[in-house]
Formats: sequence, structure tokens, C-alpha cells
Amino acid sequence: MKEIHKKIEEIIKKNKVVLFMKGTPEMPQCGFSMTVCNILKQLKINFFSVNVLSDELVRQGIKEYSNWPTIPQLYVNGNFIGGCDIVKEMYEKDEIKKIIN
Amino acid sequence: MAISREELFELLKSGFPDGEIKIDDLAGDNNHYAANIKSSKFKGKTKVQQHQMVYAALKGKMGNELHALALTTTEK
Repeated sequence: MKEIHKKIEEIIKKNKVVLFMKGTPEMPQCGFSMTVCNILKQLKINFFSVNVLSDELVRQGIKEYSNWPTIPQLYVNGNFIGGCDIVKEMYEKDEIKKIIN
Repeated sequence: MAISREELFELLKSGFPDGEIKIDDLAGDNNHYAANIKSSKFKGKTKVQQHQMVYAALKGKMGNELHALALTTTEK
């Protein structure tokens, strides 16, 4: 396993909810990242965020790790949940809280 | 860094020959699309797997030539 993939795995195992995003929750740099942030905030879910724009290795590494070509990416309990579309769909179906509890 | 609607449609159609495919160019810039795909190939797959199948059909263009694609996938 690549060094960067190990680092990513450590982050998602150490934190219950992790969002890999462009920018920060306070200042998202992309509309899709902002959408997921807003959903988590609205549901009052605490999450650990990783700004991929500040680390090119993580930006590439996370795409390989999950076999998913885009950012944002949400992880819960070490599992990849999905990107913006999936999170939005789950939110509309009230499914996000379920996977977190 | 853009891809035409026709090219996007052809890529999706070759990945999902039975697919009912609808594409919207969201910003009119050939770079932000929404695609709605209904295919029997999605049967029994999770949402993550379904979207991964779509990205595979796009042959590495997602996140490169193509910046944004809002995806809705449903089973046929």
C-alpha cells in the first residue's frame, strides 16, 4: 500500500465522520464541497475535514484510495459513503443520520 | 478542459447500451453537466458502485476534461 493511502486510512479510522473537500467548512472553495458541508452542519453532525487543495498528494491519493475521481468524499466509520450527489440523495431520504448513529 | 455534450452522450451510451440517458449542460460551458441514467446494469449495485460504473464508462475523463457531473442513476 502506498504511503499516502496509509495516511488516508489512518485519518478515516481515527475520525468517525471525515469529509475530504476543497477548502474548509468555513470557506468551501467549490459548490459541491459546500453542499455537503451545509448538509452535515444542518444535521448538526460533527466532522473532521481535510482540505485537498492544501495537499496535492492527498488530492490524488484519495481518488485512488476510493476509486472515485471527484471531491468531495464523505467517510463514516471508515467506509466511503459517496460524493455530493449520493450525500444529497441520502439527505433527502433521511438516511444520513441512520448511518451515523 | 471541456467535453461536448455529444461526446459525453456517446461515452455513456457505450457504457450503458440499454440506458435511458438524459444530459443537461448546467452552465452552458461544456464543463458542468447533469446526467440522468437509467439502466438494467445498475441492478443490485449500491449507489457508490453505480456511480463508479458511470465514471468507468467516462474512461478517466471525470475530474480531468470533465469538471463537474451531477449524477442520478436508477435501475431499469
